[in-house]
Amino acid sequence: MDLASRLRAGDAAALARAITLVENSDAGARRLLSELYPHTGRARVIGITGPPGVGKSTLTDQLAVEFRSEGGLVGVVAVDPTSPFTGGAILGDRVRMTRGAGDPGVFIRSLATRGQLGGLSRATGDVIKLMDAGGRDVILVETVGAGQAEIDIMHYAHSTLVVVAPGLGDEIQAIKAGIMEIGHVFVVNKADRDGADRTAAELEMMLEMAPDRDPGAWRPPVIRTVARDGSGVSEVRRQADAHWAYLKREGGLEEGRRRRAASELAAMAGSLAERHLLEWARISGAWNRVLDQVTERQVDPYGGAEVLFREYREAALLSRTPGNAGGREEL
Amino acid sequence: MGKIIRVLVAKPGLDSHDRGAKVVARAYRDAGMEVIYTGLHQTPEQVAEAVVQEDADVLAISILSGAHEVLVPRMVELLRRRGRGDVLVLVGGVVPDDDVPALLQAGVARVFGPGSRLDEIVEFTRRAVEGSG
Repeated sequence: MDLASRLRAGDAAALARAITLVENSDAGARRLLSELYPHTGRARVIGITGPPGVGKSTLTDQLAVEFRSEGGLVGVVAVDPTSPFTGGAILGDRVRMTRGAGDPGVFIRSLATRGQLGGLSRATGDVIKLMDAGGRDVILVETVGAGQAEIDIMHYAHSTLVVVAPGLGDEIQAIKAGIMEIGHVFVVNKADRDGADRTAAELEMMLEMAPDRDPGAWRPPVIRTVARDGSGVSEVRRQADAHWAYLKREGGLEEGRRRRAASELAAMAGSLAERHLLEWARISGAWNRVLDQVTERQVDPYGGAEVLFREYREAALLSRTPGNAGGREEL
Repeated sequence: MGKIIRVLVAKPGLDSHDRGAKVVARAYRDAGMEVIYTGLHQTPEQVAEAVVQEDADVLAISILSGAHEVLVPRMVELLRRRGRGDVLVLVGGVVPDDDVPALLQAGVARVFGPGSRLDEIVEFTRRAVEGSG
């Protein structure tokens, strides 16, 4: 059997190898993804984000066990940072995922960011698709320790859990913009510690100050947990389920599907257009000519880009004129 | 982007001394590899499952408990059964010289005893993975 068929049949080694191919932008990865794409879009994706050290991995592990108890297959994507100096990484989330790790029904994959900003690895979206096609019913995505700008998870997850803990200083200040706005469920973990009440109260206050919601809109709940011993975790799952039911009821799932498809399509179209334009510019010599002008301050970069684009478009139109079939070579 | 070597550092068995494992993990990271660290007290089944899921190229087993004779061949066997007999298996820690041939026989590529140099471990790993690859 080929890799795609093995993956779809639930073979863990095939799923693992496919993820490696995608991470390494292997030549076969694109074909594999396009073959599997029709079989994706079925899994439910839950993001888990928050500052470093609040217990995201432990909570993710407990949630994996919760979702497993319903009989479904669970996938976990755990992202850790790559060292900007050596390109290496230590991926240690598994240390705190000991309950799920003993169960083949929980497939855990550690990813390094490999230079990507935003709290995830560049391959995350594709890794989710592979797990989805591999039959994982629920996929939990744990971001790197996040503050304000690490909000890429919102593009992939149906529901996002924002986790904080008391005693990290001014914890709410640390997450105020950015990730405060992407949470559907807020979790105060390590709630057996001093200051949990204050942290929860501050979260509630921030949520009160959020822009007016439509009547009937989702109002993010604040839940206290002690992930280490599992207290409060089933309540987190119940609230995540409630958010999922809300999305289904209000048409948010359908809207989200289209929005995610649109953002992927736009990103792909953009990078394809960029690659073609720049390739043409280099081959035609327009690149060096315009670059000289920009370097010498005769044209500003914005104007230079417009010149490149105009010439590219004219060349592209010319090559399609009937009777000028060989036009491509004349460029 | 090219292939980045992925090493799973495992600490099976009952001993709780993972300093050596962490030092080796850091050396691999500093050499530009991705290291999956799994923590203490792993069973051979958990280690094998983790190697499969993480699609690791290398399994570096740190063992100080003296249980290597049982645990190591068991892990190698489990990997074979899961279709990952290609994984480079290394053992580090306290292994009596007399036990080394049996481990090599079982499928371990090399045993690094106390005092092994980190750059030697890293270099051996890189060569073995890239040579097979």
